[in-house]
Amino acid sequence: MDIDTLYFIIPLVIASTVPLALVALGALFSERSGVINIALEGIMLMGAFIGAIVIYYLEPTGMSDVMIAFFGLLVGAIIGMLFSVLHAFAAVNMRANQIISATALNMFAPAFAIFIARTFFGTQRVPISRTYRISSVPILGDIPFIGDLFFQGAYLSSLLGIIIFVVAVLILYKTKQGLRLRSCGENPQAADSLGINIYKIRYAGVMTSGALAGMGGVIFVLSFSTSFNATVSGFGFLALAVLIFGNWKPGRIIMAALFFGFMRVISSTTAVIPFLNDLGLDDEIYLMLPYLATLIVLAFVSKNSAAPRAAGEPYDPGKR
Amino acid sequence: MVEKIKNYFITNYLGISTGFSLFLFIFIIPQLFEDSDLIISLIRGIIFSIVVGYLVYKFLLFRKNNPNFVPSESKLVVDAGGSLVAIIVGLLFGLLLMLLVNPGQAFYGFSIILRGGLNRNFKSLGDMIFFSVPIILTGLSVAFAFRTGLFNIGATGQLTMGAFAAVYIGVEWGALGDIHPLLHWGTALFFAMIAGGLFGAIPGLLKAYRNVNEVVASIMLNYVAMYLNTMLIVAYIYNRDYARALDIKETAVTPIMNLDLIFPGSAINGGIVVAVIVVIILHIILNKTTFGYELKAVGFNRNASKYAGMNSKRNIVYAMMISGAVAGLAGGLMFLVAGKHLKPENILIPEGFTGIAISLLGLSSPIGVLLAGLFYGSLQQGGYYLQLLNFTPEIIDIIIAVIIYASALGLVLQKFVKMMLKRKFLEKEDGEPQDLTIEGSDK
Repeated sequence: MDIDTLYFIIPLVIASTVPLALVALGALFSERSGVINIALEGIMLMGAFIGAIVIYYLEPTGMSDVMIAFFGLLVGAIIGMLFSVLHAFAAVNMRANQIISATALNMFAPAFAIFIARTFFGTQRVPISRTYRISSVPILGDIPFIGDLFFQGAYLSSLLGIIIFVVAVLILYKTKQGLRLRSCGENPQAADSLGINIYKIRYAGVMTSGALAGMGGVIFVLSFSTSFNATVSGFGFLALAVLIFGNWKPGRIIMAALFFGFMRVISSTTAVIPFLNDLGLDDEIYLMLPYLATLIVLAFVSKNSAAPRAAGEPYDPGKR
Repeated sequence: MVEKIKNYFITNYLGISTGFSLFLFIFIIPQLFEDSDLIISLIRGIIFSIVVGYLVYKFLLFRKNNPNFVPSESKLVVDAGGSLVAIIVGLLFGLLLMLLVNPGQAFYGFSIILRGGLNRNFKSLGDMIFFSVPIILTGLSVAFAFRTGLFNIGATGQLTMGAFAAVYIGVEWGALGDIHPLLHWGTALFFAMIAGGLFGAIPGLLKAYRNVNEVVASIMLNYVAMYLNTMLIVAYIYNRDYARALDIKETAVTPIMNLDLIFPGSAINGGIVVAVIVVIILHIILNKTTFGYELKAVGFNRNASKYAGMNSKRNIVYAMMISGAVAGLAGGLMFLVAGKHLKPENILIPEGFTGIAISLLGLSSPIGVLLAGLFYGSLQQGGYYLQLLNFTPEIIDIIIAVIIYASALGLVLQKFVKMMLKRKFLEKEDGEPQDLTIEGSDK
């Protein structure tokens, strides 16, 4: 693989790794608090949709790229948070089946996006005209080789995503609130006995996951396309696979997201990479690989899984 | 004496007379407004009146035999009431959205949704049944797994694999059609079931032997199926000019079974007959056989059923296999239709997820799923006609999503229904103290 291909591939890999890692981290927040959230796809889509609309309206105002990207992410996060409250309400207050309520949200989001976009824009596409790439990150971009590879021509949204990822991980593992949240997913009864409000914490977990997923959705739109077309290409479910493959640990989540992102990128670039072109495998093989790998991990490593023990169970104070 | 005559009349004749009046309604009214064939109107008039008359008769007989029936204590009534409330909530949400978007036409549009399959007489009714067939089957698939304690979110993947198997045989094995056309179609459907069943067995095996959550495994397998389908189509049955699978041979097309006599001009085919047969088979398996009892027992409590000597691992695999086979059948029937093509698009086929909604609404019982599937088909048909106004048909998906969400909050809904029923029942009790004495003397 020559250096030009590397220059070509690495920004793309980063662009797909960041939303995956961010959304998977969202799933981690939710599951660590004890609620399984497979509604990520729908939440991402909802965040991406409203975020794209906001960006669409901000673009003609002449605001700078950084500000627009920032506002887009902010709106995506808020929408994702609000949308995930529905899941939290069903899962925490109503003790509903978490898979069913999440499925409802997943069905609702694309239908809602298409309905609103067609009603108000006449088409289901929300166009985005700017590219949101920065020519070079100050200081870091000047480092020879590495700077060229990672910090030039990078997507603005990717950089914002990386910062948010680091902050979220610090919150989850280095603060009191983070510890409380993690305890709710392991043994809510014990946590309750120590005076932690399980319902509050679980709401916080699900809403954080919603915010991260909503942001991930906006990042997805900003880095992959020139318009939003009522889909996030299964990234929400892929993030779930990332979470499992990453064994519910942030460090490994990044590795898993890199691997999955890499697979997605080479599936669409086999034609331009001579080595892969010679292999002659179908593009779909690369796309399938992450899911197959996750299944294999599930089948053979589930004994050492670090999955939260109480995830998916409604909190029952009477249980021991 | 008068009472006796009244009772006799009510149970035996009201059903028949309802059926008869409906017969007149369905037979005569199309004659007046539509230039349809006399024989056709006669046939469908008879069929519809028999069905409705029988249902009314059964209901009245039930009321007569169970005079002390307390609705709020019956699980079936409360659950069905919960489903009904969820449907009403979903529909009201749809109405609200329409009012916000286009207040002028909202109520007219809403009435189109409600009329659904009855918008254009029997053509739309036939179309509605045609479109509800795959949904009924995926609903059955999810419901069957649900009854055995498994959540089959992978109906989409199993459906995709079934569809590919059916289309492959429909395209390639034309020689079978020379022996007998039904043989070709039947073989294609059979292999659709095998493909779906085998694909469904994977999460079953993982669950039984490696203790992998079947929901997560199924989600992964959905995407595997999606990409596999694209690969297989391009490799074996690709029509490069149109970027889709090749046309299936005529002998593999699902036969119409003369249903066009009742629903002239519609897209209906024999798929509904297959679906009804599957409903009956699954109903019998679940409710009348030891095998079904074991499956349900494993679903209730895996350890207890193991203690009772059942092979719980084997049963989990079987349950997922049957569930997958039914989803595969749905895929087969969906694509063994002239003019419908599998495409290498990398999109999850949505019917599999709709099956979850249908299974919920149908209370996971095969007969309930049949009704819920027809209801969904009707809504979808309403959405189709809604395009005549300035509405997007996606409003139907929104309504369905809200219905699922509302039924996910089932506990509250059921409490609400129970309360309403109780209030009604108690009021009646206060008004007529005689009821109490009858209740006492019967016991």
